[in-house]
Amino acid sequence: MLSTVLMVCLILLSLALLGSIYRLIKGPSTADRVIALDTIGITMIALVAVLSMYLKTSAFLEVILLIGILTFIGTVAFAKFIERGVVLDRKRDH
Amino acid sequence: MRTNDVILKTVTQLVTFIIIIFSIYVFLSGHHHPGGGFIGGLMTAAAFVLIGLAFDIETVKKIIPIDFKLISATGMLIAVLTGIGSFVFDANFLSHTFDYFHLPLLGETELATAVLFDIGVYLVVIGITLTIIFTIGEDQ
Repeated sequence: MLSTVLMVCLILLSLALLGSIYRLIKGPSTADRVIALDTIGITMIALVAVLSMYLKTSAFLEVILLIGILTFIGTVAFAKFIERGVVLDRKRDH
Repeated sequence: MRTNDVILKTVTQLVTFIIIIFSIYVFLSGHHHPGGGFIGGLMTAAAFVLIGLAFDIETVKKIIPIDFKLISATGMLIAVLTGIGSFVFDANFLSHTFDYFHLPLLGETELATAVLFDIGVYLVVIGITLTIIFTIGEDQ
């Protein structure tokens, strides 16, 4: 019973992932694509969580935190690149 | 124009500690659970990259006042010395051992000499990652 529910959840999350990928390919501006990438990361967190419940293992729980941290850092880097053109400042000018 | 990124700076000051604590946890749990020196070093480097994103490279160099190349060299030295250290006990190169000790706060704990080798890997990964990223970031 539970495995059926989890499989349905996996399919629905895959559909959400496909929707985000459509926005990633189609998005007219760069900001749309960055937000689509952020959404893909969060959907991947949910996928890993449901998959680790489906496989009855706790070995993937670090992966969840890891994807969360990497998605955050990647989004911040892209946002700073869009806004200022540089990712890493050498020295702050103010 | 002055940019006002107070939200990013405040979030960075909080999140950096969480990332570093998570990296130390992943590093220490690598013997029996997923993790180890490589991914722990990468997460610590990610925390410093986040500080570099929110502030600047000078801030990170003030936090770590050592040359990054020296960190990776120290890690390599530690990894080689744990290999050579097995000669002292008349064993082969890189022979590792473990034993159970009674620590005051943790109780019965398994301490393995493979952790010393992993500290070397950890420092090498931190040093090389920060060297690569900040060398690329500096020349504009």
